[in-house]
Amino acid sequence: MWGIIFAASLIILSFVYPSEFLINLFTQILIMGLFATSLNLLVGYTGMVSFGHAGFFGVGAYTAAVILQKYSTSVGFAFGTTIVFSAIAALIIGSFCIRLGSIYFAMLTLAFNQIIYIIVIRWTDMTGGDQGLIGGIPLPGFLSTQRAYFIFTVIVVAASLVICKLVVDSPFGAILKVIRENADRAYSLGIRVKSYQLIVFVMAGIFGGISGALMSLSISGAYPDFCYWAKSAEPIFMVVVGGMNSFLGPLLGAAIFKILIAYSTMYTNLWGLIIGGVLVLIILLVRKGLADYVMEFVAARSVDGPKNLLSPKKTG
Amino acid sequence: MDLSSLIECFGDPGCLINQTTSALIFAMLLFLIASGLSLIFGVLGVMNFAHGSLYMLGAYLTYTLYVGTSSFSLAIILGCLGMGVFGVFFERVFFKPIYTMHILYQLLLTYAFILILDDVAKLIWGYEFITMGAPDAFQRPPLELAGSFIPTYYIFVIAVGIMVAVLLWMFLRKTKYGKLIRATAHSSEMVMALGKNTSVVYAGVFGLGAMLAGLGGALAAPIRSIFPGMGSDVVIDCFIVVVVGGMGSIPGAFLAAILIGFMRAFGIIGFPMVEEALIFILMAVVLIVRPQGFFGRAET
Repeated sequence: MWGIIFAASLIILSFVYPSEFLINLFTQILIMGLFATSLNLLVGYTGMVSFGHAGFFGVGAYTAAVILQKYSTSVGFAFGTTIVFSAIAALIIGSFCIRLGSIYFAMLTLAFNQIIYIIVIRWTDMTGGDQGLIGGIPLPGFLSTQRAYFIFTVIVVAASLVICKLVVDSPFGAILKVIRENADRAYSLGIRVKSYQLIVFVMAGIFGGISGALMSLSISGAYPDFCYWAKSAEPIFMVVVGGMNSFLGPLLGAAIFKILIAYSTMYTNLWGLIIGGVLVLIILLVRKGLADYVMEFVAARSVDGPKNLLSPKKTG
Repeated sequence: MDLSSLIECFGDPGCLINQTTSALIFAMLLFLIASGLSLIFGVLGVMNFAHGSLYMLGAYLTYTLYVGTSSFSLAIILGCLGMGVFGVFFERVFFKPIYTMHILYQLLLTYAFILILDDVAKLIWGYEFITMGAPDAFQRPPLELAGSFIPTYYIFVIAVGIMVAVLLWMFLRKTKYGKLIRATAHSSEMVMALGKNTSVVYAGVFGLGAMLAGLGGALAAPIRSIFPGMGSDVVIDCFIVVVVGGMGSIPGAFLAAILIGFMRAFGIIGFPMVEEALIFILMAVVLIVRPQGFFGRAET
């Protein structure tokens, strides 16, 4: 409900205050927000730290871009194929990765991420190789303006987030949290831990792919950078800075990340110093995401607030 | 796929020697950096994404010292020591607080330092690619072997790599400090209970790791171009070495580095399109079949 109001107000705002810069910025934020939220299904809800999520972003971005550019089909068909392809990729990669725990899981997702990157770089005929897929992506008339594409993004992202929210609030989502807290106990309770992990891995892959497709259409091209390993760190930034224990935390993190970059690149080339510095400060001083921080603050103030539900999980 | 030229290369001593030399050069540099990474992971339990940036800083530092003192040996020694000191400082200030944190925070903090150190390098040394060239001491005719030429500097790098591998292995196996490090890797609580100061071990291991990365950078400076961001490709190769060789294992890192060096050097002739993918596939296969790597201990 709140989501619909928020989405509608964003769309209205784009008419009231039509600044190209802001519309573009918000498009990017929403896309990256969906990307980060999809990763958070793994990281925050199931406790699987993937360092290869950019692989799915790349698969989605290239699938949609290639389909639209080379076969000029409809946008709906392009997104349908994106979903299928990212799901297949996630199913294959996930079925290997879920066998491993913690750091090994992260390393294996990183390896698959790089394999996807190399495929993109080398398969020049299809992907354009190093150069990226240039030459523009034809979009139908109803998406041709920046504002129209923004509205399209708002709708797709909002719909995806609603689906994610429904999933994490469902009994299925509750089981994911049990797995996060104690996978062994979940297993001994008769929960098929690996199946749940695989399903959520595929889900995360699909929404990662959708966000990649949204990105390639929004900038009318797809580039190998999309699936370079360092790109996988971006949604992790958003999840950590925004807060992994709040559903909208990653979206907040995406907004912080994009706004920091947009404004710091206006003044300096050294945006890495700023982003890196913010990260170090947050990790060492705040030690939790901003949304989590606010939520815990609110929970601590209200007498009968569900304090225990919101406290971050023990680490160590 | 171009298997015929690979077979051709195996039949031609010149090509064989050329590729072997470049494989060994690549392997030695990789080993120096990855052994530090492996040691840090083995003892501190943190996968340090910023390790490639330490290699980059080592290369820049050596370059500056070489220009300043015009003595390459002095530049290497001071460069390594400088990186060692930096490592100890870095561990005490930024690494110490994250040992007890979620793995996500650990990965992200070290990633943040890639961004920060790259930009620091840009601030100090600028954006341009720097080529240092072979130091004066190595400006002599290359060694001729079966019709192909090996620059003397290459031989120096390979010799240093092997020497460091042996010294490091002996240090960890035979000396008191080496045993302390291995004991800390095994169980830091036990070592602490026995009255040893593990904080010093942590700082020392990180310093040693940074020194090894710095040495890698110092040796790479004359033969690779130096630029901000040169660390981020290297660090991924190092991850592969550490994973394949076994986390925390020095002999494992050495053999894995050589294996990857040869896969690169000959893969580029035999499978020019997929040679890079091959080593990631190797990494994935090792992780799936034997997650602890060739020489690693199984997780307890």
